[in-house]
Amino acid sequence: MTSSAVAPGATTSENGEPRAARRSDRARDEARLGWWLAGPAFVVMLAVTIYPILQAFYDSLFSYRLTAPSDKEFNAGQNYVVVLSDPVFWQAFLVTAVITIITVLVELVLGFFLALVMHRAIRQLRGVLRTAILVPYGIITVVSAFAWFYAFDINSGFVNHWFDWVPGIDPDLNWFAHQGTSLFVIMASEIWKTTPFISLLLLAGLSQVPGELEEAAQVDGATAWQRLQRVVLPNMKAAIMVAVLFRALDAFRIFDNVFIMTNGANGTDVLSLLAYRTSIGRLEIGLGSAISVLLFLCVIGICFVAIKLFKVDLASARGEG
Amino acid sequence: MRTLTTRAKVAWAVITVVVLVWALLPVVSIIATSFKLPSQLNLGTFWPKTWTTTNYEQIFAGSAKDLFLPALRNSIGISLIATFVAVVLATLAAYAIARLDFRGKKLILTTALGVSIFPVISIVTPLFNLWRNIGLYDTWLGLIIPYLSLTLPISIWTLAAFFRQIPWELEQAAQVDGATSWQAFRKAIVPLAAPGVFTTALIAFFIAWNDFVYGISLTSTSAARPVPAALAFFTGASQFEEPTGAISAAAVVVTIPVVILVLLFQRQIVSGLTQGAVKG
Repeated sequence: MTSSAVAPGATTSENGEPRAARRSDRARDEARLGWWLAGPAFVVMLAVTIYPILQAFYDSLFSYRLTAPSDKEFNAGQNYVVVLSDPVFWQAFLVTAVITIITVLVELVLGFFLALVMHRAIRQLRGVLRTAILVPYGIITVVSAFAWFYAFDINSGFVNHWFDWVPGIDPDLNWFAHQGTSLFVIMASEIWKTTPFISLLLLAGLSQVPGELEEAAQVDGATAWQRLQRVVLPNMKAAIMVAVLFRALDAFRIFDNVFIMTNGANGTDVLSLLAYRTSIGRLEIGLGSAISVLLFLCVIGICFVAIKLFKVDLASARGEG
Repeated sequence: MRTLTTRAKVAWAVITVVVLVWALLPVVSIIATSFKLPSQLNLGTFWPKTWTTTNYEQIFAGSAKDLFLPALRNSIGISLIATFVAVVLATLAAYAIARLDFRGKKLILTTALGVSIFPVISIVTPLFNLWRNIGLYDTWLGLIIPYLSLTLPISIWTLAAFFRQIPWELEQAAQVDGATSWQAFRKAIVPLAAPGVFTTALIAFFIAWNDFVYGISLTSTSAARPVPAALAFFTGASQFEEPTGAISAAAVVVTIPVVILVLLFQRQIVSGLTQGAVKG
């Protein structure tokens, strides 16, 4: 990569062209180089997403099973009727939505606390705290799922023994035999694994709050709670919104922990798992594609609501603010 | 530095302990499980009663060897290649975004954002079908390509944020001082850009290393199956035995290197993630 190719003054300037023409020449050269450099990344990104989703949309219009590929025939949206009238889909949709809402809310509070801890920590503790908070981020989601699964498992787990003084928990409690308790462990592992990410986004927002404002409020006699409510939070609204949107979209795709812990049993099925089981488990490409497209539309819908209704400022997230 | 009151000291001590327990307990618990004897798995204790390395022998030399070792090789190879390709492409793109003035910058960054929120499962179904038709199913390349959808967007974002902060005038200053343009680039810019590229590679590697959906959907044998997917296929030594110990040991083996990287580079990772996400 030779940066000199675009260094100012490197373009042709001696041939006596009018100034304006020279400038537009240079602009065109710069644009061309820009696309030469950024083009490959751009094309790859489109190729690995736009093409598959278009293909999924196309496949979703056919009755198409890999077990009987020659029977592939156009059925004009019949797959969508089948999926949308199936209570299994709505059950998975509901569970996914519940997981998304609860985990994002809990992570927002917990993540903000951790961000404050990292932001305010005295120097001797800062490294230790930051490293500890980052550990869950670095751990493979599947590994975290197994760790939480074994901890709560009725046979190998220690949780039932440690917490048998809590009403409702005793050595015979099988966490993964009921919907509520299964979802509790699934959400706990999801929260543990992804809170570090949200807390880092919030930390970035926190460090943008002008320190003078906080000091001024303190001088004026505002309590810590008032300062948080009136000064800190309003100033990091953009960061909070971006963090919530990112996490919500991520939580909506939840797959790994559910697959490992319950594989969708006892009313814990989620949309991604349903799509996986339909197309890759049962080879029903047509139906599976329809679910994939619906899941994609849900994600678009969440983005639309966030940007239009809650005015999430993605420009600030895009690094342009 | 301000001196702390005793109350503040106690408060920080409590906070530190709480955060450490919260962040590390699940990791320590799976490490503890990995050292338990298979016959003592169900005692319900946190620590092993008898410490043993049986589980590690099983995954490196015993019955789970043929499942774990190829998966480890696949995971390392595929993640490294996907990271390398993403970082090279992203470095070129981020350089253009940070340094050049051209229409389409916004489009590229918005596309990266769009790709990063794309539901993976929506990509998997058509790829599964296509890969089977063109022979990429269950191959390294068949995973490297979709992994780019995970690693490329975040690499572009993180690097663009890093590159925006580089004082590019240094390059011209070096040239004025008599350096050739290549020298100026190598001596003035590369040392400033290298930490950003390295941090980006680290973050991209974590993401590729973490993948499960592609790994379990687009592979069927040990030819390309990565570790997270392989963990789901572990079985006990006999059909009456749970694979708990072997899975825990394998989980620890793939976790330790990542934890060490986090320990060594926590400062860079924090700045990389926060800059890439919210304006730097």
